[in-house]
This record gives sequence, structure tokens and C-alpha cells, in this order.
Amino acid sequence: MKIIETKNLTKKFTPSLCSKCWRTLQGLFRAPSLKLWSVSDKNKTFLDKGAGFTAVDNISFQVEEGEIFGFLGPNGAGKTTTISMLCTLLKPSSGEAYVNGYNVVSEEAKVRQSIGIIFQDPSLDERLTAWENLKFHSLIYGIRKELIGARAQEVLNLIGLSEWRNEIVRKFSGGMKRRLEIARGLLHYPKVLFLDEPTLGLDPQTRRHIWDYIHELREKKKITIFLTTHYLDEAENCDRIAVIDFGQIIALDTPQGLRKLLPEDAIFLKTVNDEKAKIEIEEKYKVTVNFNNGGIFFSIKNGEEFIPELLKNLSLTVKSVNLKRPTLDDIFLKLTGREIREEKIKKDDWFRGILRSHSRR
Amino acid sequence: MDAIWRRMNLEAIYILWLRDLTRYFRDWVRVILSLFRPTLWLLIFGTGVNNLFQMQKMNSGTDYLHFLFPGIITLNLIFASLYSGISIIWDREFGFLKEILVAPISRTSIALGRTLSGTTVSLIEGFFVFLLAPFIGVKLMASKFIPLAVIMFLIAFTGTALGVLIAVSIPSFEAFGIVANFVVMPMFFLSGAVFPVSSNLPGWLKYLVYLNPLTYGVDTLRSILVGVQVFPIWFNLLILSLFGWLVLFFAVLVFNKKR
Ligand SMILES: Nc1ncnc2c1ncn2[C@@H]1O[C@H](COP(=O)(O)OP(=O)(O)OP(=O)(O)O)[C@@H](O)[C@H]1O
Ligand SMILES: [Mg+2]
Repeated sequence: MKIIETKNLTKKFTPSLCSKCWRTLQGLFRAPSLKLWSVSDKNKTFLDKGAGFTAVDNISFQVEEGEIFGFLGPNGAGKTTTISMLCTLLKPSSGEAYVNGYNVVSEEAKVRQSIGIIFQDPSLDERLTAWENLKFHSLIYGIRKELIGARAQEVLNLIGLSEWRNEIVRKFSGGMKRRLEIARGLLHYPKVLFLDEPTLGLDPQTRRHIWDYIHELREKKKITIFLTTHYLDEAENCDRIAVIDFGQIIALDTPQGLRKLLPEDAIFLKTVNDEKAKIEIEEKYKVTVNFNNGGIFFSIKNGEEFIPELLKNLSLTVKSVNLKRPTLDDIFLKLTGREIREEKIKKDDWFRGILRSHSRR
Repeated sequence: MDAIWRRMNLEAIYILWLRDLTRYFRDWVRVILSLFRPTLWLLIFGTGVNNLFQMQKMNSGTDYLHFLFPGIITLNLIFASLYSGISIIWDREFGFLKEILVAPISRTSIALGRTLSGTTVSLIEGFFVFLLAPFIGVKLMASKFIPLAVIMFLIAFTGTALGVLIAVSIPSFEAFGIVANFVVMPMFFLSGAVFPVSSNLPGWLKYLVYLNPLTYGVDTLRSILVGVQVFPIWFNLLILSLFGWLVLFFAVLVFNKKR
């Protein structure tokens, strides 16, 4: 049995009559200065979305039990929408999805019992204490009362927030909130844990900590992990990655497999004489060398191993050398032949962002 | 339709209720504001208008402050209950609603939990107004407690259900201001809280007042507290409870359909 399975899963957002009216009303009363935010985007929001917008387009994939499965894609690719459908928060427009063997539409209660989810946006009750948040969660998931104390303590120890248990969540830092959310998602021992950008807004140290923790979870509790991310280097922690754009899966492979698509690293070099260096490198290694603000660069396989060799063999003195591994942008360019989409600031998102930054404080 | 109601889960309703009340008692600003609002209305507005009417007593011979008192109880009830109802929008903005929606409980329980917690908070704030009774000379008797509690519960319940309906139908945040200005105030002014519902009102105003479910709540409260009434009590109770359940039913329906 596959723990997650989707067949031609599709989500098309069609605005209801009510929300259309509401949008128009909002448009009428919007403060003139705010229009600046959406000038370039206005046609899109009003025309495209008016006719419906396909956020997830016919995707099919399967996830094995115990796997760490990643969804990698730019903003607006449809990652959160897919997770929302798998978590029964949104109804698919067409297609099917099964989680832990249950249909996400017809057996939603059973699906919900089997999953834990850490949302992209904060979802703690900031007026309650950490302990109360955990207790609330345990109660609505029907954990037996005599077990709640021990379980809550167990997850608090795991994330290292035991001393904070009786503090109001509003006082927590963003990273602490994130950790608490992860703890909360684990309370009811889910079979599948969904993590929507688990490391969003975290410092590198906490980020690493969370990844260690995710790996540990998989080993200790044998749970399946489904996560989304923007970062290729982060996606490398997964067993398999689906690259998604415009609601479609454009590649699905292991991290090594994806790397093979882009075997070459870029090397940036500054020497005492770049002209000479260019000629020398082109001759020796049969690569095209280009000039780049105050230096030269070229692409080569296995960049890390190449650098020592280059330094040994080059007759000129090297001032600096820099290695750049492929990123999500490069993978995108390779797979789709175009640059990653620009992030657009929509008015609503912008407003939410303000709210969020307030609530994250 | 039947399935929607059968799927409510008592335990979940209780937990949601408990969370809302915990939050309420932590929010001291809200508690104090709910004491301040009736004070302002009764002591300033009430006393001022009372002065104006000193010579010509109100239609039934009560003085204006006594006439206004049930209206102010209703104001506090409706403010608190609508606010609690639409605070589902807050939960949505701050993300906590998703935590509730993804839990293995039905949306019907979520709507009912919020309606009951809102009703409770509203009743608490409604009873706060009685703290002012001694200052304006309204006499309270223990025997009136039960009928008062019943009618106040109905008003609070109706208001919260209306708030929940607004919250689940309107997708955005601005609803907060709209509700405060375009729902609470008109409902208050058109309920006979500040002026008597009599046949001398101009036609259009009279119909608006009759259409407002609050009118029947204010009328009942006034008959209990001051002994003045326009409609029969059974009629008032019937209209209010019918309206309350109807609104709640629609709220649950809309909430269940939204996905
Ligand atoms: N409720 C909605 N109504 C209409 N359109 C929506 C709705 N929710 C999402 N969308 C649109 O669907 C697309 C996919 O959104 P989604 O949130 O799934 O992206 P994402 O991959 O999670 O992006 P990000 O990395 O920014 O979180 C976006 O273009 C978004 O504008
Ligand atoms: Mg997302």
C-alpha cells in the first residue's frame, strides 16, 4: 500500500458569486494609495481569476511509507494547494487522492486522524500558553485524558521548550513558535506528517536543528514526511523530490537524479591577469570562459574536485575562487527553458504579511 | 442536511467553548470595555435625555433611565455576541482556524462551539449592566433572575449566530468594521431600545423596527424589568428563538459548504 496516492488531482479556484461581489465592493472602497500595490497585477487578479484559476493541474504521484517526500517549486506553484487537498481542507475539483488508504473526500475524518500538519503560516493560538496549545490539540484529536500530560511533555522535551511550557505563545520568537507547531503536529502520533515550508523564516542554526529532528523522527517513529520547500539544497534532505510549477509536476526524482540534470557547477575566478587565464583555461579544459564583473567564470563537472587541480595547474596567481552549485533557478531553467517566475506582491498577501509579522513578534 | 446536525460532537464543542472562554478572561481590555460601554450610555446619554423628558413622562409613566435600562442590556449583549461570532475571522487571519478545521471534528461542532462560547461571554457582559442598576434606581428581585436569564440567553444566542453567519459568509477582515458600524448600531437603534415602539412612528421606521429580531428581545426585557410591553411575551420568545435557530442553521450550512 502506498501511504499517499493521487490520481489526476486538480484544483481549480472559481470565485463564488458572493466573493465576486465582495471583491468588487473592496475595489470600490480601496484607498487610492493602495492601488499602487496592484497596478501591474490588476488585470491578472480581475480577469484570470474571474474565469477560474487552475492552481493544481492533473497531478499524480505516490509516496511510500516511511519516505521523506519533497515538493519543490517557486511561489504560487501549487504546493500549499496540494497539501490542503491532501489534508481535506480543500475539495479537489477533479481527480482522487488517498492518504493512509483513505479517500480525502469521502473518508475525511479518517484522513484527519492519520495526519499531522505544520502549516506554512503560523497557526498557534497566541493568547494561550504552549501547554494549553498542546492540550487543546490533544483534546480535539480525542487523545485520552490520562495520556495527554505525558505526551505533551514528551514532545516539549523533543523540541527543547520544556521551560517555556507555561509562557504565553505571543512571547515566543518565530523559531520557537515553529518548533512548537512541529511538536503539536506530532502529539497524536500521525502516520503522515505534512510540513509546508518547515524552515521558513528560521536562522541557519535552527534550520539545521529542524532537519536533524525530521530525520530523527523518521527513524524513531517511522512516520512518512511530506514537505514543501523553495530551496534546492534543502530538498536534498528528501528521499525523492517532485519539482512543481504552474500546478504541474515537471520532474520527479531522487536528489541525485535531479543533480544529474545539472551536472555542472559554476566557477568564478579572479586572477592577476584574467585575459591570459581565460585563454589558458579554454585551452587546457575545453570549456567556454566568460567575463563577469571583474573576473571570469565557466561551468564544469565536479567543481569541488576541480578547484584544487585548477590551482595546481594554472600558471597565474589566483586572487579568489568561488564555486556556485546549481540552485532551484538553474533546475528550472533547465527543465522549463525559462527563468523562475517573479514573486508578485498582491495586496492581500501584503496585508497578511503585515499581520503576520505582528503576530510573529 | 440531517447528517450535518448528527455529526456534531459534544466533546469538541466543549473544548472549543473552553478555549474561547480562557481567551476571553485573559483579555482584560475587552472585559473593561464591556463595563464602560453601558456606563457611558446610561450615565451620560440616559441622564441627559432624562433631563429633557423630566416633565412629560414616557408613555407609560416610567422615567427615561428606567426605560433605557433594558435597551442598554441588549446593547451589551448584542455587541459581545456579534463580536464573538465574527471573531472566527480573527482566527482565520491569525491561522488558528486552520488548526481547528483540519482536526477530526465536524464543522457543525465548530460553529456550535463558537455560538455557545459567544453566548456565554455575551451573557456575562449582559449581566455586568446590572452592576449599574443601583445607581439609577432599578429594583432587582431574585424572582426575576430566571426569566431574565432566559430572554438574555435568547438574545445572546441570536446575536452570536448572526455573527457566525456573517463571519463564514464574508471572506475578509474588513468585516469587523462593517459589522460594528452597519450591523450593531442599526440593530440597536431600530430595536426600541432608545425610543418606544408605538403606533405614532412613521410607517417606514415602524416596519424596520418590526423586522428587527432584537425588538422582541428588548420588549421582553422591558416587560420583566419595568413592566411595559408592546407584544405578547410568547410571541416575542417564539420570534427570537425561531430567528436564532434559522440563522444558526444557515451559518452551519454555509460553513459546511465552504471548501
Ligand atoms: N483560495 C484561493 N483562491 C484563488 N486562488 C488561489 C487560492 N489559493 C491559492 N490560489 C492561487 O493558487 C496558486 C497556488 O497557490 P499555492 O498557495 O498552492 O502556492 P505555493 O506553491 O504554496 O506557493 P508559496 O511558495 O508561495 O507558498 C497561486 O497562484 C494562488 O494565487
Ligand atoms: Mg505555500
